[in-house]
Amino acid sequence: MAINESLSMKSIFHAVTYFLLTLTPAFAIGEVTTYTLDNGMEVVVLEDHRAPIVTHMVWYRVGSADEAPGKSGIAHYLEHLLFKGTDNLKSGEFSEIVAANGGTGNAFTSYDYTAYYQRVSADRLGLMMKIESDRMQNLKLTAEEVLPERDVIIEERNSRTDTNPNALFSEHRQALMYKNHGYGIPVIGWRHEIAQLTRQDAIDFYKKYYAPNNAILVVAGDVQPEEVLKLANEHYGPRIPSDAIKTRVRPQEPPKRAPVHTVFEDPRVRQPYVIREYLSANRKSGDQAEAAALTIFAELLGGSGVTSFLGQRLQLEQKVALNVGAWHSATSYDRDGFGMYVVPAQNVSLQEAEDALDAALTAFIDEGVDQEHLDRIKTQIDASTIFEQDNQESVARSYGEGLTTGLTIQDIQDWPNVLAAVTAQDIMDAARNVLDPKASVTGWIRAPQEAAK
Amino acid sequence: MIKLLTLCTAILFAAIPAKAELNIQEVTSKSGIKAWLLNEPSIPMISLNIGFRGASTTDPDDKLGATYLMAGLLEEGAGNMDATAFKRAAEGLATSFGFDSSRERISITAEFLTKNRDASVELLKTALTQPTFDDTAFERTKAQVLSIIARNQSDPEEIASSTFNALAFAGHPYARPYRGTTESVTALTQDDMRKAHASTMTKDRLFVGVVGDITADELAIMLEELFGDLPENGAPLPEPIKFQAAGGTTVVDFDIPQSTAIWGHQGIAQDDPDFFAAYVMNRVLGGGGFTSRLTQEVREKRGLTYGVYSYMAGFDQADYYGGSVSSGNETIGDAIDIIKHEWDRMAAGGVTDAELDAAKKYMTGSYPLRFDGNGKIANLLTYSQMNDFPIDYPKNRNSYIEAVTKEDIARVAERILHSDKMRFVVVGTPVDVPSTD
Repeated sequence: MAINESLSMKSIFHAVTYFLLTLTPAFAIGEVTTYTLDNGMEVVVLEDHRAPIVTHMVWYRVGSADEAPGKSGIAHYLEHLLFKGTDNLKSGEFSEIVAANGGTGNAFTSYDYTAYYQRVSADRLGLMMKIESDRMQNLKLTAEEVLPERDVIIEERNSRTDTNPNALFSEHRQALMYKNHGYGIPVIGWRHEIAQLTRQDAIDFYKKYYAPNNAILVVAGDVQPEEVLKLANEHYGPRIPSDAIKTRVRPQEPPKRAPVHTVFEDPRVRQPYVIREYLSANRKSGDQAEAAALTIFAELLGGSGVTSFLGQRLQLEQKVALNVGAWHSATSYDRDGFGMYVVPAQNVSLQEAEDALDAALTAFIDEGVDQEHLDRIKTQIDASTIFEQDNQESVARSYGEGLTTGLTIQDIQDWPNVLAAVTAQDIMDAARNVLDPKASVTGWIRAPQEAAK
Repeated sequence: MIKLLTLCTAILFAAIPAKAELNIQEVTSKSGIKAWLLNEPSIPMISLNIGFRGASTTDPDDKLGATYLMAGLLEEGAGNMDATAFKRAAEGLATSFGFDSSRERISITAEFLTKNRDASVELLKTALTQPTFDDTAFERTKAQVLSIIARNQSDPEEIASSTFNALAFAGHPYARPYRGTTESVTALTQDDMRKAHASTMTKDRLFVGVVGDITADELAIMLEELFGDLPENGAPLPEPIKFQAAGGTTVVDFDIPQSTAIWGHQGIAQDDPDFFAAYVMNRVLGGGGFTSRLTQEVREKRGLTYGVYSYMAGFDQADYYGGSVSSGNETIGDAIDIIKHEWDRMAAGGVTDAELDAAKKYMTGSYPLRFDGNGKIANLLTYSQMNDFPIDYPKNRNSYIEAVTKEDIARVAERILHSDKMRFVVVGTPVDVPSTD
């Protein structure tokens, strides 16, 4: 039951999708109401009365980047184990109850958060809260359940990563970018460390981080806020806050002193490409302007295929690229990446592709922002506030993601306006700042050279 | 298009919400072009979903991949616009288009603001009716398709499904790679694009679903505007075909730490009286969710896989019942044995009262969750028409599920499940899983 969004998003061919997500402003479907329970649990209610459905999510402010050294994968492993038994439910009963009530559900882990959700008929919200609040603190893990689930995760790692050279390459590049920070370790964990995780590791992690004052409840759908508050008090209210929850302080990156370049070879690679990432500014509470400028810079540079700057230069004019893209990972707890890739056209070498990319970046800095292009992006940002009303789940996610990465409700609601306020000058300032070669990792992926001949 | 009624994604996408008052109308333009409409005026936007049946199945044998490439070129230049001009026009309207083609469906989507409706429709019409297939866009897009084909050659799931289709539908268009091969795509010409366009995007195979801020009268005019100029008839669609592969196992050697397997045998047609019994049976056997027998036995109890699923796969002209699993090279043999055993157990004994009850509760209760966004509903409206569902299907669908009995399932399970006829394709380096070819 784990969908790890971050793993797939980091893979090259999902990069553009990722970007669009970050552009999507978190606007209300209808009304947004927020509360805080006495035990510290935050509550966000998003009303959408078009259909008698509700999305119920609990987000924990803990992810893989909070794991202790040597215990990589424990956040995600625990996420799986939350579908086992509690003091009140036998193993697997959680999923049975959701299904028997016509609901669907799942969970996902990322660097900064772990989240659980169900989608169900609105009149079953109380029941979902009852079982979700139960597993917040009453988990009961037996050895018979814990070991097969670890094998499941090894198989999950096989499926997602080890059978896919692009995923292995992504993991390798992340590790080069972050020498000291947890973003350098894959969310699913290193294989050799997953294999050593124990029941006690899971219990320790659970006791340390799963508490109402480290959680956010997001309810979106056909609900009345007062009713949600009443149910939340009934079910989540009795959960006991932990005094071990502290502001997250993670090891930060030392100064970056030299560009990193890496060549990754795997005989399964049929399509080589070059990809580069720079360490970049994330959205910070009360200070989202630079991240917003970078978000729009990424869109200008490579967000929309042939109409973007790299698309025009490398695909259409120079014909050296089959595909190009750029993205900015704006919503994260710590500094994250600003990235771009070039898939070279046939008979164009990776060196030529990288040179063309560098020349295009220089040209962008020299020429400045195309105002008409910026205007079209602003039009899309403006329209997205309407389209967004059609996507209950995505709005719910943007609140969960924002609140678990250090933002406030106010920051999340301000984001579309912050994006709209970005000027051409802001973009150029942010671009000059982020394109620091010393803070970059450039990777080539290709088949081994003897095999390629 | 493969209609995967209960694929793994069902757990996420599943749920069509049959809001009881879901008021779907059939709208007909003055020249007879039909669409299904759900008027939903609460957000000033419109979602449009267009499907053309047949798609790559009508590619001539020496032009494999023509329709797939053609569909990709629709947004790469039309009328007096080149690719850049077309896309800039869409961006300026904040209109998003999607142009795609799968095995037997060309799928075109559009999402636009009510205030930009006329300009968006005009832009879309240009793409549908006046694609230019100009030199530079043609060569560029062809190179992208060749890159996708190359990449898929090292994707275990792609290798498995193309091998499986070639065995299951030998001699039929379904056996062919719908994106084409490196050789066939390399040889395609712009003239092939014009021929594919004229023979696949025609009124006789057009299906339209619309959701949003538009009335039936407005839609009737829009349909005429968008599709009135399309040709009447296209290339002949393929004939029905039974599942061709005999029971056994085909191993494709590929150096990866985990084996991917898919399997199937003859399935059951959608108009079969026992179709819904089979559909409910599949939910219990392996149709997604943590409660299925396959997930319980292969994943939960033994930790042999991250995911195992069974599904009823319906092509327009074929039906098979099958599934998929991935497991380590050392354990894939065990996983396959368990799956076969569960096949036999279901064939011999059907389901329990408790399983039937749980399956019905899930299937009926989750149905409304599918109707949760204009674009998704528009897709469902098109999909329903392409499957020849009646327009009241969403209203009645749950009653078909409710009517299924334990006896119905026992009967259909015995009839369609045959472990000796299961054809497996395994990609990887599986231990102790011999090829029977």
